[in-house]
Amino acid sequence: MHEAAAVPSWVLVAYLISGICFILALRGLSNPETARRGNRAGIIGMGIALATTLIHHMPTRDEEFVLQWHEPVHWDNLMLIGGAIVIGGTIGLVTARRIAMTAMPQLVAAFHSLVGMAAVLVAGAAYLNPDAFGIAVAGVIDPVSRVEMSLGAAIGAVTFSGSVIAFLKLNGNMSGKPILLPLRHVVNLGTLAAIVGLIGYFTTDQSPWVFVTLTALAFLVGFLLIIPIGGADMPVVVSMLNSYSGWAAAAMGFTLQNSAMIITGALVGSSGAILSYIMCRAMNRSFISVIAGGFGGDSAIAGGGAASDRPWKRGSAEDAAFLMKQAEQVIIVPGYGMAVAQAQHAVRELADQLKKEGVTVKYAIHPVAGRMPGHMNVLLAEANVPYDEVFELEDINSEFARTDIAFVIGANDVTNPAAKTDKTSPIYGMPVLDVEKAKTVLFIKRSMGGVGYAGVDNDLFYRDNTMMLLGDAKKMTEEIVKSLG
Amino acid sequence: MDFVSILSIFVLACFVGYYVVWSVTPALHTPLMSVTNAISSVIIVGALIAAAAAGVPGAKWLGLVAVVLASVNIFGGFAVTARMLAMYKKKEKKG
Repeated sequence: MHEAAAVPSWVLVAYLISGICFILALRGLSNPETARRGNRAGIIGMGIALATTLIHHMPTRDEEFVLQWHEPVHWDNLMLIGGAIVIGGTIGLVTARRIAMTAMPQLVAAFHSLVGMAAVLVAGAAYLNPDAFGIAVAGVIDPVSRVEMSLGAAIGAVTFSGSVIAFLKLNGNMSGKPILLPLRHVVNLGTLAAIVGLIGYFTTDQSPWVFVTLTALAFLVGFLLIIPIGGADMPVVVSMLNSYSGWAAAAMGFTLQNSAMIITGALVGSSGAILSYIMCRAMNRSFISVIAGGFGGDSAIAGGGAASDRPWKRGSAEDAAFLMKQAEQVIIVPGYGMAVAQAQHAVRELADQLKKEGVTVKYAIHPVAGRMPGHMNVLLAEANVPYDEVFELEDINSEFARTDIAFVIGANDVTNPAAKTDKTSPIYGMPVLDVEKAKTVLFIKRSMGGVGYAGVDNDLFYRDNTMMLLGDAKKMTEEIVKSLG
Repeated sequence: MDFVSILSIFVLACFVGYYVVWSVTPALHTPLMSVTNAISSVIIVGALIAAAAAGVPGAKWLGLVAVVLASVNIFGGFAVTARMLAMYKKKEKKG
């Protein structure tokens, strides 16, 4: 037997099982049918991890005799911990129940910030009481553990401050416009270099100032990193922060030598990284250019302007209803505008009416429609739209040519044909929905003034087969329903 | 466990994560984010150890605050995921 902190094997096995439950939780998401079971596997995994930790650490810190309850249990600590879980759990459950589906991106950003902060706090606790974590001999922390805990604290801090900024932007407390500081790349890289340097120095000197300074700098980096990123790039940012929260958990898993945390960290880290990649691909932008920020600010001046006095056709709700009734197939293309106007239920009513008239209705969703991956799918599901009527870009794009009406609801950049033809356009090369190939395009937009988040005018508005329906997405859709009835 | 075994678990888990996440249907990307949120709060394990350990009051309180934050995430994350997943329905078969 090793003399220092030999963890009993049942504990190791329990954490491994909990890690496997988390893998099953993600595996379930390959299909809506199995997803609910997956979520339950996740809950079971979390329960196992919690119970194992409590049983292993609670009554006594004597690892060799785990289930020997001879030492006095610290009831005050148990009460405090129970209280902490009840407080946190209540806040979590109430929030989860009350939150509007349109506000999911903000909620996810807020949750990321909590994971980040928790990682910082755990790293701080491990620094203050390394003996409890079995990573120190006589108060001197193992150098490898120092690197791990400082990485956990630094990544956690970046996740926290970055997610807070993302939350403020998504929640509208802060403008979605990128804020560009002078010399930001130099400042960011310099701060990052300082953090790396401090982590290196920390292995030789475990004084508090090193740990505190590197954590503080990491908070600053998270803040600096996200403020220059514009609203349209939020799907990438949210995915990226998701990834960071995973790496932070993994780093702390290394410190604690806990397989459940390491497996989870790796899963979440790769999940966020893959989502960021999918989002970048869907916008035809490199990850570096998204992180460098500034999109939607500069290009608004470069790309916009000129075109806005071209002639366009305006239609009424009655016109739209008339056209839709005649159609054989209508494809609905929802975008961020639908989320803002909370129009998903009205859209569903419209689809029901059309189906009664014998019209086939389908939905087409672009990967970056909305403010986070899969945002539109959730909103449509909330409005009881069956998921087998909802299609991804590559599955439905060829169908527009055979469709009578493409009904676009506040989805601007993702329908802009300029992405396919105009090499000077900032969104050139981005895969878009071929809505202009439909016989008629009905486009709901609040006014002709605004442009999409990429700051580009949409050529689609001025096409002969496009009819603009100006107004609030929800009101306009409800009026069309009325005219149909 | 020595560093190399831990590193092996980590690297293998990254590969598992890579393949599992690619098989997630795009329609469920939002629930994917909320459930990963919930499971990454397994960091509560560290928070519990810190909160349960006797000796250093500072570490205990940091641990307790971390327990609160992670619990918000665990309960909130799983609950909101369940709520979303309950909404995904197939077309009703009306013959």
